[in-house]
Amino acid sequence: MKAYLLPVLLFGMFMPAWAQEEEDMLKQLGEDEPKKEYVFNAFKSSRVIMSHSMEMLRPGVLDFRILHRFGRFNGGVQELFGLDGPATVRLGLDYGITNFLSIGVGRSTVNKELDGFIKLRPIQQATGPRSSPVSVVVTGGSTLFTTKWSDPARENFFSSRIAYYGQLIIGRKFSEGVTLQVMPTMVHLNMVPLKNDNNDIYAAGIGGRIKLSKRISINADYYYVVNQNTSTPAKNPLSIGFDIETGGHVFQLHFTNAKGMNEKAFLTQTEYDWGKGDIMFGFNISRAFQIGKKKR
Amino acid sequence: MINKVMIAAVLICAATVTQAQDRYFTKSGRIEFFSKAPMEDIEARNKTVAAVLDTKSGALQFSVLMKSFEFEKALMQEHFNENYVESNKFPKAEFKGSITNNGDINYAKDGSYTAKVKGKLTIHGVTRDVETTGTIKVASGKIDASSVFNILLSDYNISIPAIVKDKISNSIKIAVDCKLEPLK
Repeated sequence: MKAYLLPVLLFGMFMPAWAQEEEDMLKQLGEDEPKKEYVFNAFKSSRVIMSHSMEMLRPGVLDFRILHRFGRFNGGVQELFGLDGPATVRLGLDYGITNFLSIGVGRSTVNKELDGFIKLRPIQQATGPRSSPVSVVVTGGSTLFTTKWSDPARENFFSSRIAYYGQLIIGRKFSEGVTLQVMPTMVHLNMVPLKNDNNDIYAAGIGGRIKLSKRISINADYYYVVNQNTSTPAKNPLSIGFDIETGGHVFQLHFTNAKGMNEKAFLTQTEYDWGKGDIMFGFNISRAFQIGKKKR
Repeated sequence: MINKVMIAAVLICAATVTQAQDRYFTKSGRIEFFSKAPMEDIEARNKTVAAVLDTKSGALQFSVLMKSFEFEKALMQEHFNENYVESNKFPKAEFKGSITNNGDINYAKDGSYTAKVKGKLTIHGVTRDVETTGTIKVASGKIDASSVFNILLSDYNISIPAIVKDKISNSIKIAVDCKLEPLK
């Protein structure tokens, strides 16, 4: 009788030690409450290609941006498919003041134009309790062309050189690989060529990306300009390209019909037409420097 | 008779199950890591490490959220999460193991003891056996557990692209420091 109970006793003594090996002790600390977690890295950089993206610079980051567009692709081999030029450039500096506020300035070859903007993100996409499914970003900027007046004899006002733009960006990173955003935009031109031209131009934009690998994504952005002035027959701008990130740098290699590299320029002065093969090869180089030290 | 023996067996079972008082924990432990490479030094720290130590059996467990590693440069933090450890896919790193010389450590007496630790470390979805030594400091009912060891990124399927080979070392030094309190 006792002999048969012994195994039971032995088993009883050893079992707990064995059971413990498999135990997840961390469970005793209790489940972590679901936390609100903000969504980052919706895009590799702060621009889709032409447009501002829903992504912001991190605080203390200075982003030196070199934007370059070659000549028209349909220039053929004689022009080396546009690589011979005429090329245009915009050099710009953007700075992240806080997680939700950035500023930037730039200067473009086209019209020798200066531009500056403020970009604000009142709502950031997040997961967890009380979170927003989308990011909402507001940008406002102005441009100033500095070319000589075409008609110096006329009474020219400094204010005529200025244009403004305002943009609302609503975007969502649907998954690690897919981000989409819409950008209703308004441009106000202080001066227009003809009396009957609109000073206020409205456009609806869409942009997005699909990640092909950890460091490469395919991006595109497009605007439908609602009330383009007939005196300046501008086309709707479309850019398609790749983002290649190499730690520190983001290269945006793309094809576009927009020579202009600020909102006013690409929305109201895009002469080229994709349909006619008036496409340019272009690249944006973004080099980020950490200027401000992060608080520990 | 049979019933009495059975009851005794059950009681012994119950008695051997480790009591919670033998366990020490923290939710604010620290883990830092360092990478020394010709071009750049990388350093990050995490102050929200969860850890439990069972002083009776020597069982030891850590868990850490990858996203709460803080870097000095925002861009490094971004790349760490997005390109290297893929925090969305593998949100946590975990260690599950035990102190093999637990018998040599007197948790009731203040002092500093060398602990040999063996177990399984999971980073980036890859689990590897690790073995290292650490220090257990006992002082007025609290335990300070610390250890420094190296891991190879290649062991955990974390690849470094050729273009940044000079900036990131394959060997990463990890320092753990947890101040544990009794778990009630």
